[in-house]
Amino acid sequence: MPSPRYTREIPARYRLEAARCSGCSKVVFPIRRFCPSCRGEEFEKLTLSRKGKVVTSTVVHVPPDDFLMEAPYAMAVVETPEGARLMTQVVDCDPSAVLPGMDVALEFRLIRREGHSGILCYGHKGVPA
Amino acid sequence: MAGIAGYGAYVPRKRIRTEEIARQWGKDPGAIERGLLLEEKSVPGFDEDTITISVAAGHGAIDRSGVDPQRIGALYIGSESHPYAVKPSGTVVAEALGIGPEVHIADFEFACKAGTEAMFVALGLVEAGRVEYAMAIGADTSQGAPDDALEFSASAGGAAYIFGVDHVVAEVVETYSYTSDTPDFWRREGEFYPRHGGRFTGQPAYFKHVLTASRAIMEKTGLTADDFAYAVFHMPNGKFPLTAGKQLGFRKEQLETGWVVPTMGNTYSGSSPTGLAAILDIAKPGDLILITSFGSGAGSDSFVLRATDRLPEVQDLAPTVCSMLEGSRQYVTYGEYAKFREKIIAND
Repeated sequence: MPSPRYTREIPARYRLEAARCSGCSKVVFPIRRFCPSCRGEEFEKLTLSRKGKVVTSTVVHVPPDDFLMEAPYAMAVVETPEGARLMTQVVDCDPSAVLPGMDVALEFRLIRREGHSGILCYGHKGVPA
Repeated sequence: MAGIAGYGAYVPRKRIRTEEIARQWGKDPGAIERGLLLEEKSVPGFDEDTITISVAAGHGAIDRSGVDPQRIGALYIGSESHPYAVKPSGTVVAEALGIGPEVHIADFEFACKAGTEAMFVALGLVEAGRVEYAMAIGADTSQGAPDDALEFSASAGGAAYIFGVDHVVAEVVETYSYTSDTPDFWRREGEFYPRHGGRFTGQPAYFKHVLTASRAIMEKTGLTADDFAYAVFHMPNGKFPLTAGKQLGFRKEQLETGWVVPTMGNTYSGSSPTGLAAILDIAKPGDLILITSFGSGAGSDSFVLRATDRLPEVQDLAPTVCSMLEGSRQYVTYGEYAKFREKIIAND
């Protein structure tokens, strides 16, 4: 994740800023220029609740290099009360206990380090609610 | 009168028991628990650092204050484990909390009193009318060398305070700072673990500064130990703050609420601020509170606070310190602890 791209994604990654389509009310996260549902171009901004429910999940045993020390860890699609879905790690619990229907809080965490000397990349992860 | 408009705290869910660390180094766990009065300590995960702890505590402070983050004109973070050597922790925390960009930000460092140092400056700016609200945070992911006495106490956590003039939950009645050049604990540039002067950290360092600052602020305010409902002192271990409190004339009932170290450990810059948050979680209007920090090197900041009628209205608006210490916990082995604290180096 090169630093400029990371910086552009700060509103979504740090503050969970999303958008609601003015045409069909679909909530999109991160913010897009066109609604994937009705192709509308008018949106109103909203901030997602820092909580959600696991829709589906898996446990990663063979991770990318940057996550080597964290395996095994749970990845999940989490749906917030606003209807937005985000892919996130669920931590601070047994990874095998992360199952559909589980309530999670979304906490600000370190996602990855850009190698030994690069920037630190932050975002949100799920934790048991 | 200026004071605390909102507060929040955060303690990671991972814990390691004193007996688990003692077993690793062939020490008698009972002797350690009795000597240092420590049962367990918090451990940061791979993904928890001073920045993430500050954000979690900051959310609590904002939720309790009801203040629009855009009205916060200064943000100061005190820590001795800022994740970057060059790049402020405060910029990340401000962006995450929706503060700024019209905000003054600085990272503070003064061993374990960097948190109250930030509180001191935030209060001063608010009292001077330079900013409407100022946030001060004390947070750390403390380091202790393997097989050092510090390893039993060095933990992770922190607390955030929003200072303002209106709608405060605790007024700041008085402040006092006492500082001298005392090399009792230090970490040189590039070194991974701090070093300390053993017993020299006690009488000439911790007790001299904590007792002098506490006595001075009581004299300045004309208050005695009996006037306070609660007192909290920096907690490098379980024993020191109780001894300091006793020497100042405080009873155990006044000390035990803020004495969170037996199950949290020493969160360095977050230590006495988190103890203060535990007190504010249950304090009643009119209660007087004394907080005295200690930072090696060395110095102490003292604050006398008085809880207002608004405090009970905000206590349940964010997680309490007690709920985090006694809530869901994940106990780790020494091996897992070594991995989480990056004492194990993997190949690139």
